[in-house]
Amino acid sequence: MYPEELKYTDDHEWIRVENGKAYVGLTQYAQEQLGDVVFVELPDVGEEFEMGDSFGVVESVKTVSDLFMPVGGKVVEINEDLEDSPEAVNEDPYGDGWIVAIEIADKSQLDQLMDSEAYQKTLE
Amino acid sequence: MTRKTPLYERHVELGGKVVDFAGYKLPVQFAGIIEEHKAVRNDVGIFDVSHMGEFEFRGPQALEAVQKLIANNAAKLEINQVLYTPMCYPDGGVVDDLLVYRLDKDRFLFVVNAANLEKDWDWVQENTKEFDVEIENQSFETGQVALQGPKAQELLQKIYDRDLGQIKFFWLEKEGKISGKDCIVSRTGYTGEDGFEIYARNEDLVDIFDAIWDAGKEFNLQPCGLGARDTLRFEAALPLYGHELSQDINPFEARLKIFVDLEKGDFIGRDALVEVSEKGVEKRIAGIEMKDKGIPRQGYPVEVDGEEVGFVTSGTFSPTLGKNLGIVMVKKEFAKAGSNLDIRIRKRLLGAEVVKLPFYKRR
Repeated sequence: MYPEELKYTDDHEWIRVENGKAYVGLTQYAQEQLGDVVFVELPDVGEEFEMGDSFGVVESVKTVSDLFMPVGGKVVEINEDLEDSPEAVNEDPYGDGWIVAIEIADKSQLDQLMDSEAYQKTLE
Repeated sequence: MTRKTPLYERHVELGGKVVDFAGYKLPVQFAGIIEEHKAVRNDVGIFDVSHMGEFEFRGPQALEAVQKLIANNAAKLEINQVLYTPMCYPDGGVVDDLLVYRLDKDRFLFVVNAANLEKDWDWVQENTKEFDVEIENQSFETGQVALQGPKAQELLQKIYDRDLGQIKFFWLEKEGKISGKDCIVSRTGYTGEDGFEIYARNEDLVDIFDAIWDAGKEFNLQPCGLGARDTLRFEAALPLYGHELSQDINPFEARLKIFVDLEKGDFIGRDALVEVSEKGVEKRIAGIEMKDKGIPRQGYPVEVDGEEVGFVTSGTFSPTLGKNLGIVMVKKEFAKAGSNLDIRIRKRLLGAEVVKLPFYKRR
């Protein structure tokens, strides 16, 4: 439910560092709380954000929620498949449901995030 | 204080996600809004609507009192017939929209929105003092479930001791029983599908629900929450108070002209509505389909050529049609089908086209 190799935020997002870039998505808990995701508003590739900035929006049938940057950086890739299949956020939150990939500006910000165990404690 | 409905324990057992709504703890969803929505369109779903308010009018002048309060004509109701109506302020704005059940010659039941319960009760009390009528607020002793969908009748007939085929659309039966419990059954609903609303005393509602639930197994009966109730009513373009109706929106603007009878005699708001009827409206409700990618939501501005011409009253992804749709209140000249509108969604201005309402109509 909460893979060990990821880092987590208070906003119920995960980040996975891989070959110099970092993928970002919503956690299992977040997608359960949202319910059926029907729309994801993505940023443009090249946009830069500070840690905690809103970079997009995820909408379920009933709700509209901001997406926040887990750490500061530049968007290098967006998951365009979500345009036609936003339900991937529900069905495969750590895989096909990834939202953006970023180039991290300051890797030390990762130390401020939670590991799997600490994140799960916040859900109790 | 938040009230629990008689079915609260059932919601929890069935995995409902319970939220506070209009003073009640109610499930917003069970399996998921889209799945529940589709169950009602294709098969059958059950909703706890115990939060709805009920006022019973009894006495020699019950009809006169009802007629003064509502814009539609209760005098044309036969016994056991149901009427949908706006209840207006003197300026034509809407206090609430409600159902009126004629239980007997001198006995009527108002079914009002939970969110408006206190306001409605005060309004009704305030405006019926001159009549020989007794009005009782039964809201907290009455429970209600809605059984909705194309298989609702076949399911309910298994456990109901009267012929449901005899209850026509917007009629009721008050003599029948489910599990030996008294109930009022009407062929009404808020989903755009065939179905029934079942009223019973709080203490009888769990037995009635359990009987429906057991009989529902072979029909794949789905428990449904407030989320699906909203998307279903939205597709059918049934107004929701606080969205398409309010103190600032009159029934003509809300496409409810056919529920206003200006010929029936005087009622609160009649003079204002006669004027509206003669002059025509300046703004009205219309349906939109998004052309660009985005979901219109309540309160988003509607623009034409950079000028604000209205606002979104409701909007969502439509599970049946697979499109992003909205209901808007716009200046009359922009409300015609085919008109192009822009919806301001956060920082972007996204294109939409006016389409005919309702979005969905059952075959």
